[in-house]
Amino acid sequence: MARKLPSKNVVVIGLGWTGSILSYHLAKAGLDVVAIERGPWRDTATNFPPAYAQDELRYAVRLDLFLRPAQETLTFRNKADQIALPIRNFAGFLPGNGVGGAGIHWNGQTWRFLPTDFRLRSHLTERYGANILPDDMTIQDWPVSYDELEPYYDRFEKLCGTSGKAGNLKGVKQDGGNPFEGWRSAEYPTPPLKQGLGATLFAEAARKLGHSPFPQPASNLSEAYTNPLGIRMGQCSYCGFCERFGCGNYSKASPQTCVLPALLRVPNFTAQTESEVLKINLDSTGKRATGVTYVDTSGKEWEQPADIVLLCAFALFNVQLMLISGIGKPYDPVSGQGVVGRNYAYQTTSSVSVILKDKVLNPFIATGAHGMIIDDYNGDNFDHTNLGFVGGGYMGAGQTNGRPIQTRPVPKGTPKWGAAWKKATAETYQHAYSLSTHGSSYSYRDCWLDLDPTYKDRLGRPLMRMTFDFHENELKMSAFLTERLAEIAKAMNPTEMQAHPRKGPYDSTIYQTTHNTGGTVMGDDPQTSVLNRYGQSWDVHNLFVPGGASVFPQNHGYNPTNTVGALAFWTADAITQRYLKNPGPLM
Amino acid sequence: MDSKVPLLSRRTFLTSAAILVTTTASVVHGRTFHQGMPWAPGAADPPAQVRPGPWAFFTSDEAATMEAIVDRLIPPDDGGPGGKDAGCAVFIDRQLAGPYGRSDGLYTLPPFMPGSSTQGYQNPDSPGGRYRAGLKALADHIRQSQSGKTLRELSTVDQDKLLSTLEDGSIKLKDIDAKAFFAMLLQDTQQGFFADPIYGGNRDMAGWKLVGFPGARYDYRDWVERHNERYPLPPVSIMGRTDWVSKG
Repeated sequence: MARKLPSKNVVVIGLGWTGSILSYHLAKAGLDVVAIERGPWRDTATNFPPAYAQDELRYAVRLDLFLRPAQETLTFRNKADQIALPIRNFAGFLPGNGVGGAGIHWNGQTWRFLPTDFRLRSHLTERYGANILPDDMTIQDWPVSYDELEPYYDRFEKLCGTSGKAGNLKGVKQDGGNPFEGWRSAEYPTPPLKQGLGATLFAEAARKLGHSPFPQPASNLSEAYTNPLGIRMGQCSYCGFCERFGCGNYSKASPQTCVLPALLRVPNFTAQTESEVLKINLDSTGKRATGVTYVDTSGKEWEQPADIVLLCAFALFNVQLMLISGIGKPYDPVSGQGVVGRNYAYQTTSSVSVILKDKVLNPFIATGAHGMIIDDYNGDNFDHTNLGFVGGGYMGAGQTNGRPIQTRPVPKGTPKWGAAWKKATAETYQHAYSLSTHGSSYSYRDCWLDLDPTYKDRLGRPLMRMTFDFHENELKMSAFLTERLAEIAKAMNPTEMQAHPRKGPYDSTIYQTTHNTGGTVMGDDPQTSVLNRYGQSWDVHNLFVPGGASVFPQNHGYNPTNTVGALAFWTADAITQRYLKNPGPLM
Repeated sequence: MDSKVPLLSRRTFLTSAAILVTTTASVVHGRTFHQGMPWAPGAADPPAQVRPGPWAFFTSDEAATMEAIVDRLIPPDDGGPGGKDAGCAVFIDRQLAGPYGRSDGLYTLPPFMPGSSTQGYQNPDSPGGRYRAGLKALADHIRQSQSGKTLRELSTVDQDKLLSTLEDGSIKLKDIDAKAFFAMLLQDTQQGFFADPIYGGNRDMAGWKLVGFPGARYDYRDWVERHNERYPLPPVSIMGRTDWVSKG
């Protein structure tokens, strides 16, 4: 039996980006808030100081900061007629763990979605007719518009101190920025990062071909910055240890560097770590959450009653907790009915590698989010008539590191070992560069999340089951984007070039990205969404899922974190300005 | 002590934090943080340095075979030391004796069923068990096919031939997937060659010197825009550099 704790106003499940932002705003509004995190406390000085943060084996290969599959994993299959098997060692995507969550180990790439992305189905249908969409594609409009979300993007970017160059200030185009982006109410908080040779050569080639390269928006800061919570961040030192690593330098935005020092000073906030929420509890009507039950590391169970429950775990585990708690109707791909687990989507990435024999590239001088990018082929920025697909992505030169266990290119045809391998590795390292595309992943009827019938976690709960494969639309898109990128690569006059468009089937053993989206989609219609436009559950009005990527109806051609952060602020405002005045359904 | 009670006073918390860092993880039942960032002296979590000494996982026969193999996968030449002198076998030995060798932290619950390649590794065997079985099957195969010899008694040309047959799967080992075993050998050897020397491989930063990686440096601000210039400083490990240590 769980021991019952004194009631709180708010219980927050998971203390990453969304959990820390919501905790801060609700605690500042006077509510008594407890955040429950299944992983350990983490901070810069203890867990990744510059004395040993640059350890590729520990952090990038042995995945020190990530969720251990023994604690929680999921099962995976490409198609419904296969038996899903457990992901025994995370590889294809890497969920975070502990305080800070995925906000610790991200690269810092801080993109906004396009205005047309927010009304995707309407826009594509209006421009091309409904026939352009495959029958089994289940994309839908967001319940919020870009204009509504713009102030919240701005708030998240100011929280992070994001470095970049605006391309559209209040509708006026700006030289040097992204000409395709939605309007911005303000310039980026800090100027763009410096660029290395690889990105500079890419930008020259792209410009020659008539494209509009611009510096990638980066939450790895170009200069010291004090954010609106009064927290001071440092200048990025281009050490090349961002993705999979914590920043020892206080220059990559994370809950640790941007929120926690201020949050922990709010007296009515408490964090409870190494404590895993087992389920969200409901009252006898099933329409109100009464709090959560969690288990600590000794196996003791605790009931934490609360007036409001905020589900702020990683996208995949938001879906799992909803399903385990019996909230919302589970999605059934056969009938197409139900919503929880529906519209799981991902990201469609590809690359073009070049060797520039006469150039010295110093690939290890890098950050997770510097680089030069073009956005000409993202979303509907280009005419899709007769292309045979919808969607797109950004592309460019954003190589994040030269860490030699995982970044060690060799010319095509080189043996994998022995004297020839050794010679080629030595000769190529300084002269190789990887360009990449980062494409959309639209949602489909046969890509979904549900509970596995066979495999259980260490606590006896069913693992979540992922059924996902790339569809022809996305593979065609990747082939198109990769061809465009290869044209620019060719203009860089490489000694050698290899294009790697994305091919199916989706392979869970090859790292692509950790942009897992959907499953608790927000929308205007309870038949096709789990949450309303404020991130509030249609079924349980005091449960919110504030902006984890599980709320995305489909995934667009950008990294999700900026939208996740913006939605966290959006839901925080909805709760403090609307819900608290009149607790009940906001729609 | 019970750290579960919410809303501990700051004074209670500081006391409990001090206790927590000196006790083992098994008695920590979740932690509570309230009214201020936690801080405790000596709470950092640096990696443990691999020390020279006896083999921790391999038998002496296995170790001799492994030293021969890593020296063929990364042969010594004008470019620098090979896998053996770079400590790759020592690296693998210490990794197999640790969490990696035991599959610590991985999902190891049954049932185990064969799947498609996109579903990943689905066998119960840990890397330690796979090395033990793989090296035995390889030794048996060589003894039978090469008139009682061991791998290290073969010429380097014959060792290379043998490794090639492992790589392409044309050799059949008893109960072992030769191709998968080779892939693991190669992956772990190259990891040892390029990981920080603190883990026993990449000795004297041989791997980093080979490619020109400066290692655990942390500040390149002055060098970002110095295009086409080779970064001039030599590599440095988490442990520092041997030439920083007083020679007495």
